[in-house]
Amino acid sequence: MKAVVVGCGRVGAGVADELDRAGWQVLIIDLKSAAFDRLPASFTGTALRGDGTDEDVLRRAGAENADLFLALTEGDNRNIMAAQLGIEALGAGKTVAKVNDPVRAEAYAHLGIATLCRTNLMATQILGYAGQAVPPRPGIYVPENPHQHDTPVTAEPDATGLPGTPGNPGGVATPGIAGIAGIAGTPSAEA
Amino acid sequence: MFVLVVGGGKVGYYLTKELIESGHEVALMEKERTRAGQIADEIGSVVIAQDGCEGKYLHEAGANRADIVAAVTGDDEDNLVICQMAKHHFDVPRTIARVNNPKNERLFRHLGVDEIISPTRMILGSIEQDIPVHELLHLAALGVGELEIIEAHLQPGSPAIGRVAMDLNVPQGCSLFGVIREGTPTPLRADTVLAEGDKVIAIGRPDCEVQLREQLIGRPDED
Repeated sequence: MKAVVVGCGRVGAGVADELDRAGWQVLIIDLKSAAFDRLPASFTGTALRGDGTDEDVLRRAGAENADLFLALTEGDNRNIMAAQLGIEALGAGKTVAKVNDPVRAEAYAHLGIATLCRTNLMATQILGYAGQAVPPRPGIYVPENPHQHDTPVTAEPDATGLPGTPGNPGGVATPGIAGIAGIAGTPSAEA
Repeated sequence: MFVLVVGGGKVGYYLTKELIESGHEVALMEKERTRAGQIADEIGSVVIAQDGCEGKYLHEAGANRADIVAAVTGDDEDNLVICQMAKHHFDVPRTIARVNNPKNERLFRHLGVDEIISPTRMILGSIEQDIPVHELLHLAALGVGELEIIEAHLQPGSPAIGRVAMDLNVPQGCSLFGVIREGTPTPLRADTVLAEGDKVIAIGRPDCEVQLREQLIGRPDED
């Protein structure tokens, strides 16, 4: 089983370590190499310094077709983007994005991404501990539908014509991006 | 037309100014208070000093009645989320995102952003169009980078002009497969006579380049 963890904070490092011990093939990515100090010396997975929202970086690191893809950086939007890259371009299986803003967490769950909302988790726990009756607020929003995107993945003009044709006068290379079209429509979209 | 601009950097600032001048209704969201204050001093009360990535503030800014949302911050991930929230949460008919990493263009379009502006790609395209007189233009890498699609623009002085394709000494591991003449792509046949201005499209290994350049572009010391 393969897991990709974007963001080596306390949660990311802890989860990566647990999965590693359980025999998973683990890849963990962070922008700062100092973050990897959180991993124990016994960690046998791969720790890579790089931008987890950059498709090239993820591909080079071998992040394709992970069974589990966790986006756990400090930035809600970075997590949302990394998770969607994982699902749409890299064929990730189970994908979770940490989104601390409850509005965004719910909105993206409607779009088909499982989101983890620390704000809700903590508020619920604290109010519960204080003996307050708490309205049910989910910690993980589990999507009911597969991930949505609203353009049909038919070929775009510059994907079919020769590069450098009038439709794409610059003829600028776009290697790697074609992967998105290749993967959408496979089971990841139905999972 | 009501346009909601998110991101008060240089792009957002001038965009807002121009839109106001052309008579549109505009709101600009900039989360950094000092910057927001600066802009407000110059262009008035259209500035909202809040984070346009947050659903709550998008709502307060009137996203649900916006005709267009333009996400022009310096961070691709923020621009993506702003457009997706606008589209799916507020039913905004048209979303525009600025993209810095040109590789994100395809993903953004795939995820429903209506229009994508990539300054990086525009500048890149412009540079590559200007330079290639004596160079081969790399259009794309295939597979794991072992093969490339290469374009050669036949300029005056190219040894290939006036010759038929089969007479060219094309290196092994390389194939010429098309020619673009006056904007029209056609397959390159053995008897195609090459002409000035043709763009010859080849596919080959990087180590073929030296010979390919000699055949199609000419030696640099010839000019």
